Amino acid sequence: MTTSEGAFLSVRDLFVRFDTEDGVVKAVDGLGFELERGRTLGIVGESGSGKSVTNLAVLGLHDPRHTEIRGEILLDGQELTGAPESVLEKLRGNKMAMIFQDSLTALSPYYTVGRQIAEPYRKHTGATRREARQRAVEMLDKVGIPNAALRVDDYPHQFSGGMRQRAMIAMALVCDPELLIADEPTTALDVTVQAQILDLLKELQQQTGSAIILITHDLGVVAHTVDELLVMYAGRAVERGTVREVLSEPRHPYTWGLLGSMPLLDSDVEEPLVPIPGTPPSLLNPPPGCPFHPRCAHVAEVGGDRCRTERPELPPGRGAACHLPAARQRTAFPQQTKPRPA
Amino acid sequence: MSEQVSPGEPLLVAEGLTKHFPVMGGFPFRRKVGAVQAVDGIDLTVRAGESFGLVGESGCGKSTTGRLLTRLLEPTAGRITYQGRDITHASRTELAPVRAQIQMIFQDPYASLNPRQTVGRIVSGPMEINGIHPAGGREARVRELLETVGLNPEHYNRFPHEFSGGQRQRIGVARALALEPRLVVADEPVSALDVSIQAQVVNLLRSLQRELGIAFLFIAHDLAVVRHFSQRVAVMYLGRIVEVGDRDDIYRRPRHPYTHALLSAVPEALSAGTPRERIRLAGDVPSPISPPSGCRFRTRCWKAEPRCGAEEPPLVRLEGNAEGHLTACHFPEAGSTTARTQDVVLDPALSG
Ligand SMILES: Nc1ncnc2c1ncn2[C@@H]1O[C@H](COP(=O)(O)OP(=O)(O)O)[C@@H](O)[C@H]1O
Ligand SMILES: Nc1ncnc2c1ncn2[C@@H]1O[C@H](COP(=O)(O)OP(=O)(O)O)[C@@H](O)[C@H]1O
Ligand code: SF4
Ligand code: SF4
Ligand SMILES: [Mg+2]
Ligand SMILES: [Mg+2]
Repeated sequence: MTTSEGAFLSVRDLFVRFDTEDGVVKAVDGLGFELERGRTLGIVGESGSGKSVTNLAVLGLHDPRHTEIRGEILLDGQELTGAPESVLEKLRGNKMAMIFQDSLTALSPYYTVGRQIAEPYRKHTGATRREARQRAVEMLDKVGIPNAALRVDDYPHQFSGGMRQRAMIAMALVCDPELLIADEPTTALDVTVQAQILDLLKELQQQTGSAIILITHDLGVVAHTVDELLVMYAGRAVERGTVREVLSEPRHPYTWGLLGSMPLLDSDVEEPLVPIPGTPPSLLNPPPGCPFHPRCAHVAEVGGDRCRTERPELPPGRGAACHLPAARQRTAFPQQTKPRPA
Repeated sequence: MSEQVSPGEPLLVAEGLTKHFPVMGGFPFRRKVGAVQAVDGIDLTVRAGESFGLVGESGCGKSTTGRLLTRLLEPTAGRITYQGRDITHASRTELAPVRAQIQMIFQDPYASLNPRQTVGRIVSGPMEINGIHPAGGREARVRELLETVGLNPEHYNRFPHEFSGGQRQRIGVARALALEPRLVVADEPVSALDVSIQAQVVNLLRSLQRELGIAFLFIAHDLAVVRHFSQRVAVMYLGRIVEVGDRDDIYRRPRHPYTHALLSAVPEALSAGTPRERIRLAGDVPSPISPPSGCRFRTRCWKAEPRCGAEEPPLVRLEGNAEGHLTACHFPEAGSTTARTQDVVLDPALSG
């Protein structure tokens, strides 16, 4: 975990707001994180917590007519907020690439898989058609498509779901991006295929040394694949640390809630799960103070009106955005289990 | 239908249950060119008061099984008995009393609730259809049901869109409970919910199963949720049950290679146990239109031998298995899930 000046990717005080008919949606509300080359950052939180909106802001994919973006997004020292589309377009697919949940929307049905991998390569490197095709075969092989030299001429619909996900990974990695953003890359996949794809991402990162942001709603998915973890709630980062730190000693009541809600393969089945009461807030009108306070069991313990009025800040480095005393944060979660070794 | 089976006795029994969906094609005349073997000869027994879990990856036939058992689909072959009575081809009228006792909960709480009806009407719907007038009136009963599932009875006149996803699922549960069913078939009831909300609904269903003695057929692809909820579990693959047994037989002492692979693939955030074996299969599940001959898992199995393609393995109790623990495999694994000296990694893109 670095807090130094020159992180490879540094996001500071990021605010993303959408103008809608119902009012202003405060989708991301003062978010900050850093990521070094060769490291993987997991961003975890339930649906609607602002994970995808954050990722799209980094990629510069929000529609500026309806979106207000404030803050700093520095990629290798280059400011991306407010950068012209021509600059962002050069970066996307080249220096930074993305993988989405749904490979069918990412891949065009009208072109062969090979062509869709070769095109960005030609565009960004100036390679010849022949070279680019050769590169596409290489990439398909690398992501585990059997008979890559033959399958390169298939259309996406001729691929199974898991193979399409692999093809999308091949497409994202074809220009050796330094930053890869994977937004719920395995959510639509079956569990045995998900395990294959997660292992594949990990292995490819070891080969390429790129930085990865892995976005997911599933704490199980990040446990094995990321180095650092950011837990989001209602558009804010509520906890940060290495994945081991966060899982073995979670400090934020929301993280406690997520962990308590999840049944494990070896938990005591007689024990009921410990859900978080209530539902996440509307981002049109988020609660004042700590956004988690309407669902939090520790408001009284903090005392007074503090949780309801005063916004807790996330300290730099390891920590949680919570008014509970640090010692209490460290010990309140009854942990009988430990993170699974990677 | 008045006779009642006591807890632990067979309530619903399926034998050789089969559903093939025709695949149409051809020009200019459309005709049947093949069949999706969605469910292909499964045997299962749900006992009174128990929760029976059905797991497997998408397309293996879980929902079709649920719809066959609730008679929403007509089976291609096989037999279904409820409380000892054959209901496989029972007519609507013959089925009416059984229909009331077997209810269904679906994955998508929104799609399964009529958006133009109030919660009160939705929940009292089954009582109206079946002409049931509870003592104290339907409205009082609905309020009671809303309370049972943790909703505010005052919300009787609200519409589904005014509720969150988890609350909508509770409305579906209240509706399913309206006729005091003996069996609830719950098809991925928590899959669409966020984890914190999922836990609320799982706890609710568990307390209903325990306190009201309702039997559940609990269908889900999440193995940890199924384990938490079910006393017995069946694992499906390509339309067949490959292994069935008590919870611990399946989760601690599985014998079928596919059960091992499934469990090994579960991404766990935390664990209290010893390191687990690592098994990574290659490729995806093949098409159910022309499934592999013999053992359907053989195209992804690391132990496959020529015999597996020639001879379909029967679902039987293997030597060393507990009673009721059945496995369909010619070359079963040892009954343990702890780490092996060597990982099983079949994916060509992964190194062992
Ligand atoms: N283009 C948009 N216009 C208005 N609201 C949006 C838009 N995109 C996302 N939102 C809202 O922003 C919030 C965060 O969304 P998102 O980042 O997609 O969540 P998630 O964490 O599930 O990825 C949600 O409340 C969502 O409804
Ligand atoms: N009405 C139908 N017509 C044709 N094929 C169907 C129909 N319903 C399901 N199937 C097919 O049957 C197989 C099993 O489906 P399903 O029971 O929904 O599986 P699961 O619930 O385990 O995901 C799948 O291949 C599916 O495409
Ligand atoms: S700041 Fe208060 S409301 Fe927020 S998580 Fe901490 S204790 Fe709970
Ligand atoms: S029967 Fe053969 S192919 Fe099938 S699971 Fe057993 S060993 Fe594998
Ligand atoms: Mg998202
Ligand atoms: Mg289904």
